[in-house]
Amino acid sequence: MRQLSLNLMMLKKLKPLFGILLASGVVLFASTGFAQSTADEIAKYRQMIADGNPSELYEDAGAELWKKPAGPKNASLEKCNLGLGPGVIKGAAAQLPRYFADTNKVQDLESRLITCMSTLQGISVQEIVDAPFQKGLKKDMDALVAYVVTASKDQKIKVSMRHPKEKEAYELGKRAFYYEGGPMDFSCATCHGSNGKRIRLQDLPNLTTQAGAEAGWGSWPAYRVSSGQFWTMGLRLNDCYRQQRFPFPIYGSDLLTAVSMFMAVNANGGTMQTPGLKR
Amino acid sequence: MKIKLLLSAAFLGALSFPALAQSSFDVKFQKMMSEGFKAEGIAGLDRIKQDETQKFCSDPKLINTKQGAAKAIEIQKLNMATIVQPTDGKYIGDWKNGEAIAQSGRGSTWTDKPDTVNGGGCYNCHEIDKKEISYGNLGPSLWNYGKNRGNSKEMLVYTWNRINNSKAYNACSNMPRFGHFKLLTQEQMQDLMALLLDPQSPVNQ
Amino acid sequence: MGDPMRIRAAESNGVVDVKILMKHDMESGQRKDASGKLIPAWFISTVSVNAQGKEVFSADFGSAISKDPFLNFKYKGSKGDKLVVSWVDTKGDKRSDEATVS
Repeated sequence: MRQLSLNLMMLKKLKPLFGILLASGVVLFASTGFAQSTADEIAKYRQMIADGNPSELYEDAGAELWKKPAGPKNASLEKCNLGLGPGVIKGAAAQLPRYFADTNKVQDLESRLITCMSTLQGISVQEIVDAPFQKGLKKDMDALVAYVVTASKDQKIKVSMRHPKEKEAYELGKRAFYYEGGPMDFSCATCHGSNGKRIRLQDLPNLTTQAGAEAGWGSWPAYRVSSGQFWTMGLRLNDCYRQQRFPFPIYGSDLLTAVSMFMAVNANGGTMQTPGLKR
Repeated sequence: MKIKLLLSAAFLGALSFPALAQSSFDVKFQKMMSEGFKAEGIAGLDRIKQDETQKFCSDPKLINTKQGAAKAIEIQKLNMATIVQPTDGKYIGDWKNGEAIAQSGRGSTWTDKPDTVNGGGCYNCHEIDKKEISYGNLGPSLWNYGKNRGNSKEMLVYTWNRINNSKAYNACSNMPRFGHFKLLTQEQMQDLMALLLDPQSPVNQ
Repeated sequence: MGDPMRIRAAESNGVVDVKILMKHDMESGQRKDASGKLIPAWFISTVSVNAQGKEVFSADFGSAISKDPFLNFKYKGSKGDKLVVSWVDTKGDKRSDEATVS
């Protein structure tokens, strides 16, 4: 007699997540009591789906792309230097953003991958920047990012502030973090500047503290179950600015690197949980 | 005539000094911001040009000083002065529409069209009708708002002002200025008023 | 040929725990695009897993299974078992991947 026990995870697009909680008969307590049991249920859901992170499929594609000759120079990315030496990816993402002598600037992971794709492979920087998210060259970027960040999972976040440009990037990022703009006067700090805040039922990490920055910076890039897509940090920041009602942040820009630097340095000492898995 | 020209030239010269007095860090920052964004859809680059309120509230260090406290009062007066009371004198609209407006977080992003109807996004930050369990906590609970505060003329005006421009009362409030930036129409704001203040509204049961 | 799957299989006390991640859009046929048109259905319809040549698992997937499905099941088996996982979708596209039980 064959023993067959089936546990099929229905990772359905759970837009009305609270609808499912209601269907499973969650009792309505007073607002704080209910909010707590809702948070517990969501935590349970997260544990359930923690196995089988579809980011692994992107990681597999990225591992192949890393070795595949491409672009006008028909070269692979195996000589790409992400800060720990040519071709070294283990732990590299945990130390980004950082200063690079060859470009004389501070770069985050996506900015540095753009450098590698253009200098090693001859691919046009503008084409990568202009590609719509998750299509064409950005689809390749998703895979490469998944591959690189997986190699930093469980590593300590260790972002340097030794170089004057690294210090400067941090300060520029901090100022950008508090910069209010748009018709809703939103800055990053509006939502991510204090403890214990949430939008609807989505908890917001306080990115100005070590714990909050570790939770935020350490868990993106991630696979987003609700959209069935892998989101790089570039896409995550892009969508933040969209919801802040700002204009469009330019992909690979110093602005995004500076904001990343602010979060990453604040997160120092924490552990990389990438690639993450989100609702 | 010549004196007037000389005086205006001197005046303009004086105005340009603050720009020269900017630190090199300020210059680097402006450059990073101006090169960091592009216009997309309905979101133009004018959106990163700050007004006085946004400029003030972007400096967390200044806000906590005595100088900052004084400036905050100025900012509040500035915002209060721009609020327009309802042109038809009506403060209370339809709470059923109000609930829909409070639920909708749509509008004003670069993926929205110019004719997209904006929502208030109120539940993003506030508890309002207790039946809605998916609410945020960036703002205080508004449950029983009208029941607790009554319907006096003062309360109507205060609530109207808050929805139009919360910075009239709290210079660096996290709440968007829905009237000031024309995010919501007069009718939509009247409907939100009803949601909060109409004795028949579910919020006041 | 569909995109590669990721298969993990580990044996303990005579029971093999198999975890499979499949890459597939799994369009239910009920979603609409930005212009309001229905996106045609396209999803994995059948999945079959063989261990040492014998079928240990089979399933008929429907439109309710979501994007990039994750499948987890157990069967009585041994270390070193050769697993072959195959799927067919509603367009007739196929994918087959192998793994060895550790």
